Amino acid sequence: MIALIDYNAGNLTSVKKALATIGAEVFVPDTPGDLENAAGIIVPGVGHFGATRALDQPWVDAILARVGEGRPLFGICLGMQWLFESSDESPELSGLGLLAGRCYRLGNPQSNPQSVKVPHVGWNSLAIQREASIVDQVANDSQVYFTHSYVAPITGDTVATTEHGEAFAAVVQRGHISGVQFHPEKSGDVGLRILRNFVELAG
Amino acid sequence: MLSKRIIACLDVRNGQVVKGINFGGLRSAGDPAELARRYNAEGIDELVILDITATIEARRALADTIRAVARELFIPLAVGGGIRTEADAAAAVEAGADKVSLNTAAIADPALITRIAERYGSQAVVVAIDAKRAAPDSDRFAVFARSGQADASLDAVAWAREAESRGAGEILLTSIDRDGTKAGFDCAMTSAVSSAVSIPVIASGGAGGLDHFVDVFTTGKADAALAASIFHYAETSVRGLKTYLRERGIPVRL
Repeated sequence: MIALIDYNAGNLTSVKKALATIGAEVFVPDTPGDLENAAGIIVPGVGHFGATRALDQPWVDAILARVGEGRPLFGICLGMQWLFESSDESPELSGLGLLAGRCYRLGNPQSNPQSVKVPHVGWNSLAIQREASIVDQVANDSQVYFTHSYVAPITGDTVATTEHGEAFAAVVQRGHISGVQFHPEKSGDVGLRILRNFVELAG
Repeated sequence: MLSKRIIACLDVRNGQVVKGINFGGLRSAGDPAELARRYNAEGIDELVILDITATIEARRALADTIRAVARELFIPLAVGGGIRTEADAAAAVEAGADKVSLNTAAIADPALITRIAERYGSQAVVVAIDAKRAAPDSDRFAVFARSGQADASLDAVAWAREAESRGAGEILLTSIDRDGTKAGFDCAMTSAVSSAVSIPVIASGGAGGLDHFVDVFTTGKADAALAASIFHYAETSVRGLKTYLRERGIPVRL
């Protein structure tokens, strides 16, 4: 069973439907203790980094404990940004800190001299930087659906990058911890493939 | 590079897709779920279901239509037409809509944009603006509410800016003058609005030929283009259109 964490950052209907389509069994945990039963954990989410405030210390402790036992963790969009240390969007909050780096806003005039629209909304391509299980059977240059204004930095954990005025981390993976900045549940067959890759990691 | 999106619109009345000209004269174009399947297979980037019925019974039928369309679709789905309250938005989202499109209700109560954005995020809120030129050669664009029937006494550019500031994630801009005419998008209007906001602008109304899409993505500065009839009657295939655009240097998802 995959735990899909609901912290009121967007609607889970699409993610549930996509996971059901690939045959994954999913539950939404009511309490951090429910994560005991999870073979893998997905942190979805759209919107403001401030929404992650709802993932308070008991949730953080339970997620870190399960990840420490080797259970796979997958973040989607805001959920992926939360895997990092922090974000300029809510400087007073900490992320989970499993991945090093601080998230920042797209379209900084210094780093982004071309003027592009922010938020970054629509289909954009993945430049795959290295092999990783989360992008197994995903072709380089595949297009996926994004909707966000903040991004995670490119680090050693970056698996694929995307360009929107500047390059940013679109897919990350470090061992059994992975995440995507785009919405796999809205990204056609490529998105379903990535969800399946995570579900297979969770066994 | 961010692709220019091609969006198909399904105008739905009583569970069937219909299409009119200049906001009138409807004819039937088929079953929404079947059309959605076809467009998805052809590579459409996004779908819009626009409910053009207004009764309570039809509203319940709309949820069934959304569910039927969303069931096997893994691309963004927006729903509009008659979304007046947060409860209407919630019903659409629960049925499987990723975005709700607000029009007349947002004009009457602009704070509705903010309330829905706070609940579901700005990415889930599209503000639809139906506008027409004050005179045929005018560069003033007047906003109309109630399916183009009521002058809202708003300027399209100013209203788009306000919608953005209140939390809209996208603008769906329809030219009433061009709707269903196949005379081409109103590129001057699209460009004026697109240049005034930082959120994406979806151009709508007037798609007739492949070059109309080239024009709206270049001179019109549109981020996405929406069409209905040219896809419904298979006059233009989505894949054929995208291939044409790519050959002309416009980034698309193929």
